[in-house]
Amino acid sequence: MMRYSEEFRYEPLAARLIDQIFVETSCHHSYRFMEFCGGHTHALARYGIEDLLPKNIEMIHGPGCPVCVLPAARIDAAIRLAKQDNIVICAYGDLMRAPGSRGNSLLRARAFGADVRMIYSPLDALKIAVSHPDKEIVFFAIGFETTTPPTALALQIAQRDKLKNFSVFCNHVLTPAAMRHILIESQSVPSQSQAINGVVGPAHVSAIIGCEPYQEIAENFDIPIVIAGFEPLDILQALLMLLRQVNTGRADIENQYDRAVADKGNYSAIVSMANTFELRDCFEWRGIGELSNSALKLSNNYYMLDAEKRFDMSAVAVPDNPACECGQILRGRKKPQECKLFGSACRPDTPLGACMVSAEGACAAHWAYGRFRDEAEAR
Amino acid sequence: MSNKHRRSPIDLNDGVVELAHGAGGSAMTMLISEIFYPAFNNDLLLQQNDQAIFNVDTGKLAFATDSFVVSPLFFPGGNIGSLAVNGTINDIALGGATPLYLSASFILEEGFPLKKLVIIAKTMGACAHAAGVKIITGDTKVVERGKADGVFITTTGIGVIRNQTVLSANQIMPGDCVILSGEIGDHGVAILSKRENLNFETNIISDQAALHELIQLILEVGGDHIRVMRDPTRGGLASALNELAEKSDVGFVINENKIPINSSVAAACEFLGLDPLYVANEGKLIAVVAPSAAADVLTAMRSHPLGYQAEIIGVAIEDSRFFVQMITRIGGRRIIDHLSGELLPRIC
Repeated sequence: MMRYSEEFRYEPLAARLIDQIFVETSCHHSYRFMEFCGGHTHALARYGIEDLLPKNIEMIHGPGCPVCVLPAARIDAAIRLAKQDNIVICAYGDLMRAPGSRGNSLLRARAFGADVRMIYSPLDALKIAVSHPDKEIVFFAIGFETTTPPTALALQIAQRDKLKNFSVFCNHVLTPAAMRHILIESQSVPSQSQAINGVVGPAHVSAIIGCEPYQEIAENFDIPIVIAGFEPLDILQALLMLLRQVNTGRADIENQYDRAVADKGNYSAIVSMANTFELRDCFEWRGIGELSNSALKLSNNYYMLDAEKRFDMSAVAVPDNPACECGQILRGRKKPQECKLFGSACRPDTPLGACMVSAEGACAAHWAYGRFRDEAEAR
Repeated sequence: MSNKHRRSPIDLNDGVVELAHGAGGSAMTMLISEIFYPAFNNDLLLQQNDQAIFNVDTGKLAFATDSFVVSPLFFPGGNIGSLAVNGTINDIALGGATPLYLSASFILEEGFPLKKLVIIAKTMGACAHAAGVKIITGDTKVVERGKADGVFITTTGIGVIRNQTVLSANQIMPGDCVILSGEIGDHGVAILSKRENLNFETNIISDQAALHELIQLILEVGGDHIRVMRDPTRGGLASALNELAEKSDVGFVINENKIPINSSVAAACEFLGLDPLYVANEGKLIAVVAPSAAADVLTAMRSHPLGYQAEIIGVAIEDSRFFVQMITRIGGRRIIDHLSGELLPRIC
């Protein structure tokens, strides 16, 4: 397993790819590429990849961080439920610190006595439900298509085993819908200099949904999309592939990550999701706003396991801080360091906006890994 | 003090800690004389007074204390007892002192098996003996079941400083070399591998060790060229470097390719989503050394079993913002930031 990741961080090969990127980059162009996934944002910052690229390649950090785009109101609803007697909230680790309104989080709720448990898999939540028949176990499900099939599996098992004390608070969201929204906005800007010229496509999401869902996006927006893995060599190779497409006027779907992604994706995962979930009409994305057909809810067959039906999970909208620039940052119009709140009121320990909430957000990544490049100033 | 002809009223094989063992009466006396005296066995302890009295050299003393609440109590490569002795020995020795005496204070949970307590006490005695240190005073308290987690131990240590070298972070100057004594992350990953909710198969064992000999060797070879030493325990290498940067008003540039790491530790961190730079060590040190002495100190460290994998991993630079930067393995740059939040609770 180790060899598998070491190979994709191999410095001599990285240097060769970088040389090829320099050769391919035209000095008469500037290139703006959006990496959709937080995993890519994190890898770019963690390996300092942007230092190694030609100056006229600019990376725009997209909205593909599930913890980041989860609205504070949904976190508030889960915290409110967690405070009730006999309720156990199960959540993935990176959700524990995500802030709701007024600095509340699941972690803080736990400190004040709520029963909140960190799990690695929804199947762990099922185990807790079986061993605690006297308690209501609620799995706080979040994530893009990557984490949706495990939730589907947990629901199917719970249904089969007639578990009465298990339910799912579903917050799963859909990648293509958000990608489409960002590209519509990018193309509605009159200035050519703000357009997005190519997309580094999702890695793990594509392993589930395959390449085909992006076909319509590449065609309609006339934009190249290269699906890429999360290792440094993956990202560098994907950028080279994007450059070659832009320079030859192509707008195709290409798959750099073919060691994990099949064109048609994972058939059984897709079927499992289709049997368990259906589209929500509308869902709020933190930092972006309401997007239609961009999220999933439990289908009617699973009515009994839906935490939103079983409990009062009504969400009271929480407005973003008016000075927060996350909306502009997620659309590639501003850099994290251009936000007045960045590094002053908004830091990883006290995040105010979507991009600072998780390590995969653009602001958190710049703070943790890249802020030494910003000009020294008293903050 | 042990009388072979007297039958022990406490059952060291099947017995458990009872509230009476902390009550100050005969049960407590029995616990101490059957478990702790034989394990720690030394002349000063066996004076059996409320305090230990000893002579001191003229000069400076070093004094440090640390509490241990590790979970699980027994882990690959050691147990809470070895950590409690070696951890405090290291705190003393990193100041340039020769560790001499320790105290050991136990908070025991009612119901804890005496058999395990014996193993912990014997481990402590053996670690102290191996390091030439005596455990000369102690205390035992028992709390009700559920009010503690088996055993908590606090050790306090005293050492004597016999050389003239002053070690302090504020002596670091731009250009100084940062030497790391060996592979990072072993302790944290060894602990994690035994946590109930994770429990993965690995051959990694904790690196916990007493570093005082290695430290004395570094001081003999480097003398006044040694600016400061730290052990990167909780918070790992990243936190130790950030702490040094802030106390010395410099920055550091570290080279990722030079940081030694066991491939099993790297693999475990990979699938647990941890950055090994932040994972705890219990038998490693960082020495910041003037560039003129760095090569000699490195050679000396590599001649010692606890430093054979030592590397010069970076240099101190002028930086008014005290950033710890790292040249990544593919040649980019990034910050190694302070740890935000708690990575893993109760690793020591």
